[in-house]
Amino acid sequence: MIPELGHFALALALALSCAQAAFGLVGPWRGMPRLMAATPPLAAGALLATAVTFGCLMWSFAVNDTSVSNVAQNSHSAKPMLYKLTATWGSHEGSMVLWVLILALCGGAVAGFGRDLPSALKARVLAVLGLVGVGFFAFILGTSNPFDRLWPPPPDGQGLNPVLQDPGLAFHPPLLYLGYVGCAVTFAFAVAALIEGRVDAAWGRWVRPWALAAWSFLTLGIALGSWWAYYELGWGGYWFWDPVENASLLPWLAGCALLHSAVVVEKREALKTWTVFLALLAFGLSLLGTFLVRSGVLNSVHAFASDPTRGVFILGLLMLYVGGGFALFAWRAAAMTPTGVFAPLSREGSLVLNNLLLCSIAAVVLAGTLYPMFADLLLGQKISVGPPFFNTALLPLAVPLIGAMAVGAVLPWKRARLFPALQRLWWAALGGFAALLLCLALEGARIGPALGFAAGAWVVLGALADIADRLALFSRPRAALARALSLPRSAWGGAVAHSGMGVLILGLAGMGLATDRLALLKPGESAELAGYTWQLDGLESAQGPNYSARRASVSVLDEGRLVAALAPEKRSFPVGRATTTEAAIHTSWLSDLYAVLGDERDGAAVLRLHHNPLAPWIWIGAAIMALGGALSLSDRRVRVSAPAPKAVRGGEARA
Amino acid sequence: MTRKRRRLNVLLLCGLGLGSATALTLTAFQDNLVFFRSPSDIAREAPPPNRAFRLGGLVENGSLQREAGPDGRPAARFRVTDGASTLSVTYAGILPDLFREGQGVVALGTMGPDGSFRASEVLARHDETYMPPEVADALKRSGHWNPAEGGAPPAASWNRLDPETRPARAAGGGSDGG
Repeated sequence: MIPELGHFALALALALSCAQAAFGLVGPWRGMPRLMAATPPLAAGALLATAVTFGCLMWSFAVNDTSVSNVAQNSHSAKPMLYKLTATWGSHEGSMVLWVLILALCGGAVAGFGRDLPSALKARVLAVLGLVGVGFFAFILGTSNPFDRLWPPPPDGQGLNPVLQDPGLAFHPPLLYLGYVGCAVTFAFAVAALIEGRVDAAWGRWVRPWALAAWSFLTLGIALGSWWAYYELGWGGYWFWDPVENASLLPWLAGCALLHSAVVVEKREALKTWTVFLALLAFGLSLLGTFLVRSGVLNSVHAFASDPTRGVFILGLLMLYVGGGFALFAWRAAAMTPTGVFAPLSREGSLVLNNLLLCSIAAVVLAGTLYPMFADLLLGQKISVGPPFFNTALLPLAVPLIGAMAVGAVLPWKRARLFPALQRLWWAALGGFAALLLCLALEGARIGPALGFAAGAWVVLGALADIADRLALFSRPRAALARALSLPRSAWGGAVAHSGMGVLILGLAGMGLATDRLALLKPGESAELAGYTWQLDGLESAQGPNYSARRASVSVLDEGRLVAALAPEKRSFPVGRATTTEAAIHTSWLSDLYAVLGDERDGAAVLRLHHNPLAPWIWIGAAIMALGGALSLSDRRVRVSAPAPKAVRGGEARA
Repeated sequence: MTRKRRRLNVLLLCGLGLGSATALTLTAFQDNLVFFRSPSDIAREAPPPNRAFRLGGLVENGSLQREAGPDGRPAARFRVTDGASTLSVTYAGILPDLFREGQGVVALGTMGPDGSFRASEVLARHDETYMPPEVADALKRSGHWNPAEGGAPPAASWNRLDPETRPARAAGGGSDGG
């Protein structure tokens, strides 16, 4: 009964979305205020229906209703409750339901919080969101119904892939989807603006919070995925340039460019056409990501759906939305007269550089991700593109981006001179140079990591220098506190996000110094790595809620003093007959001690030991970046969406 | 500077950015494309030494030996087959959880001086019925699976089939598929 209710609610949501799209498009076109006024309630209705759908699906998982084939394939009664609930989006069908739930949430948020939006723009934005919803509801109903029944029901389910039974991964898809779908809202704003043929500062002001929110969620989602790969896959790495990872990185890069260029639209009414283009691009790339992950074109842990009809359907949706968006862009973009003119050396000039570099990086990542697919399809060659490609191709683009990151933030709008800006940053440069020398002195001739430390220090200190300068911390320290309180949150947010990037770069540089070794140890024996003695104390069997495990106890000693006790495990799950490797990690926040248990032979165990300096900083940096986004979002001027008067006060002049 | 000239400058800058991105991509492609080879491909044409490639096939049943390497590091030695040819592989490291004899495997590495494959990475993900598409393709090319005759036979049986018994197996595959 409950699954049928969910199925019905899903169909209802499709119908409501159709109405939302039709009313929202026809209303402003024919000048019918009643149709326009009907769109927000329709969006709320679609949200309610989708929430009911999601709730029904979750309920089926919670009670382990194996007559629903989705539950039978992806769940098991012996699974802990948390993973029963998160299995709701662990399968292909369920994750698409989550996708539309978040889309409906965004529609509801635009309807609920967009009171200050002009009613025509609001109706059109909701219409475009409705259109996107129609496509995806139809996709779910047509190709991947989550409520399909099985008869007779199997006695129990087949279990969720044990690699996915993990708290980090349980929340990775929702965060990532919040980011992906947030891009749908900026897309809707861009399409609405194209239909209206008008983009102004107010538009930039409405788009920026959505771009910021989407970007922050994407940052968190990607970081969580990378962290999961680090501790769960047990390879000791954090980023593999896997096509699926790239698929999430691409919208992140476009979103990052978008949120910077939206600032220019808001402050200077320049780069309008470009910003609209970026908004279309960001959503196109998130749809591409969905397509790559969901269609089974790629092989990875994510590609559990390899049904060609699904791939074709999503490809069709991708063509429709992105093709339609870009066609509209080609047709209408000329109508948006550019107004802003600016000098190359200015805040907006540096933001153009940022956009240029970010888009070039995105283009390289896209080429590297898609080329193997095209080579297979067109040339019949089996090719893969690995980390060496991305490292060599992206480094020359990342260096100017990071170099300009600190400089751009201290340049004033309109017209700037380089020398005063560099004067503000001299001690950041000095700090970067010191980090370089320090690394070379401590670690020997490791030029890559040393440059990484220099870059990280430069970005962090550059962000600090920016804030110190705005507060006049050194010239008038007594007034600094008052200035700190009056400094807009978006200024803080920008500096915090930039410093987060710096922390992340420091983490990457630290991981450049990581060392590892393999050791075949009998209990009582020990191996040396990174100045520590790693001693295998014993091997034992252990029993978990739905698995049995072999566990090694490893003590890490520093000159006889116990630093950490690690217990890496190898778990085997009888349901699904799968084994997973549980790495044991001890973090001191400055470095990770990381041990993986391999196979055992003749009483000895193969252990892979890693020493990863600064590894946690990668994810801390990403969290700081997202925090910067949140700070920016909490800015009063972002929330109050009415266009503020253009009066420029001292503190806000460069904000 | 006039408006037109400024816009020209911006366009030039964009061109420069895109151009450099393209140039970077192409040079990086030249050096870093990793080709996929099956044991038959290598038997036909030895790949250049020191150039990394990916080797795919099935792990031959009974070929896995775990040993300690010359420096005491644990190593694994196994043979990869696509039915027509086999190649021996050495790998110093922990084999992935889903590595099994008789199942598909993809390894990244280079040819060693002794004619064996030195793997730096061994990938065996997915579940045990999964066949990496490259491996499936290599098996098709080596004549061990004709998709027109039905679905793929169970992966574990593929490496035990030598080309002489192919017709019988093909019939079996057909009935499996039907």
